[in-house]
Amino acid sequence: MAAPARLTREDVAHVAALARLHLTEDELETYTEQLAQVLDHAADVASLDLHGVAPTAHAMAVTNVLRTDEPHPCLDRDEVLAQAPSVEDHRFRVPRILGEAP
Amino acid sequence: MTAPRPALETATMVRAGEELAVDVLEHHLAVIDAGEESIHAFNLVTTELARSQARTVDAAVAAGRDPGPLAGVPVALKDNMCTRRVPTTCSSRILEGWLPPYDATVVTRLRDAGALLIGKTNMDEFAMGSSTESSAYGATRNPHDTSRVPGGSSGGSAAAVAAGFAPLALGSDTGGSIRQPAALCGVVGMKPTYGTVSRYGLVAFASSLDQIGPFATSVADAALLFDVIGGYDPLDSTSLNRPTPRVLSVLDDGVDGMTVGILTEFMDGAAPDVVARVNQAAEALATAGARVEEVSVPEVTLGLSAYYLIAPGEASSNLARYDGVRYGLRVDAEDTVAMNTATRSAGFGAEVKRRIMLGTYVLSAGYMDAYYNQALRVRTRIIEGFTAAYAHCDVLLGPTAPTTAFALGDKVDDPLTMYLSDVCTIPSNLAGHPAVSVPFGPGDDGLPVGVQLLGPALSEGTLFKVAAVVEAAAPDLAVPRITAGEAA
Repeated sequence: MAAPARLTREDVAHVAALARLHLTEDELETYTEQLAQVLDHAADVASLDLHGVAPTAHAMAVTNVLRTDEPHPCLDRDEVLAQAPSVEDHRFRVPRILGEAP
Repeated sequence: MTAPRPALETATMVRAGEELAVDVLEHHLAVIDAGEESIHAFNLVTTELARSQARTVDAAVAAGRDPGPLAGVPVALKDNMCTRRVPTTCSSRILEGWLPPYDATVVTRLRDAGALLIGKTNMDEFAMGSSTESSAYGATRNPHDTSRVPGGSSGGSAAAVAAGFAPLALGSDTGGSIRQPAALCGVVGMKPTYGTVSRYGLVAFASSLDQIGPFATSVADAALLFDVIGGYDPLDSTSLNRPTPRVLSVLDDGVDGMTVGILTEFMDGAAPDVVARVNQAAEALATAGARVEEVSVPEVTLGLSAYYLIAPGEASSNLARYDGVRYGLRVDAEDTVAMNTATRSAGFGAEVKRRIMLGTYVLSAGYMDAYYNQALRVRTRIIEGFTAAYAHCDVLLGPTAPTTAFALGDKVDDPLTMYLSDVCTIPSNLAGHPAVSVPFGPGDDGLPVGVQLLGPALSEGTLFKVAAVVEAAAPDLAVPRITAGEAA
């Protein structure tokens, strides 16, 4: 498999937006160079012919992990909400989520 | 300063009523008081919590009850393990001031065993780093030379044990974060088989690789701690529901008849003084009755590249939870997406941002097959390579890190060079296998060298037997002498 084209400044700006990170122009410059270096190093992996090799997502695969269907105490609501930056009526409060004011 | 007393001996004395847990604790608090300013091993010293636990232990002994196998032994915890109502920061601004509403399973097990939680140790931010320099709260220094790094990411835990602040500590190891700092600080550090120690309450970095394990000044003390923290936990869906190897009881069994393979790929990139120490350890094992041979596992050379695709991929997903909504930092903005972005941009440091972006990139449409899925196939190949080696070897031997501790500031601006210091530890994480680093004398610069023993899944018993033989043959290492205000 051929390695993809070298990472560009536009690629980094795109993934930063996806990851909800704001970067300055300087940061964009530095990260583009550093991430491209790491991906260049990964070319040894990207260029291998591994056709027919099964992927491993977990080395010690366990399947169908279910607990018994019995009620358990959960985390204390007030203790959990006390850690939130903003709370209203026992709910997490956030700024508006749509493009227009209600 | 004399060498610290083993945890095993302390626990035995406290259980027998020959020493009070409160006295053990006060001794260690005094050592911290004298040396912490130079080392900065801790984000938080939990003095009052530990005192209260010590009084509970002493009361139990006085009442004729057994407080457990770690009675009165102070244990330092890496600051990515949740402690209820005690700050847990992952050395990140984004979790500053957060008080977890629950204890990690390892914390519960330590408490049930009579241990004293003495503090939360400094680390690379979210365990991403190999030097503890990416901490938002400043670097930790190596007790053997305060101009050097302690390694990372569990550098605070390794330094705390090396400095005598605590006889035992817990770290987490995703690509070498227990073993590499153990090697650089001259202590024992062990990464267990994936799934043998519960990850419940361990703040996730790369979930398929993360594993909690012990730091100690001796192989026996590390075995004692592993026996306490290991075992099935229904709260962790990746916990192995099968018997966990018990290791303390088999330590003296020796290596007679075992086959030890020197892993040539690990030797190739290591410094000459490190290679010489590994060869010396191999000779000691041969003298003790093991058959020693050279073994090649070519697939391990792909480990570093595969790791830096898989771990950032998992991290980018795991760290999506820091959105300013439910806990930790919030930087206000006019709408939620702007608030998420402002919060994450202010709360994460440079290395964490770098890995989140790398992970987001390798998981994004058009690149996932070329990078991430390809790395998962390499992971299969690495496991196959190890399996072939373990068909005729009981354990593999090599360096833990390619060099002794490097200078603070040396590699912070060059991420790829920093990543290379984990080249010998990463393959075990990708394979889910256990491995242990044992101090083996000084390198040419007088700083500690660690030799690494690797084994197949659930081979902890064998690894500890071999580690005990290596330890017995290890050349002396100077005990760190730390004085207040020594740091530059």
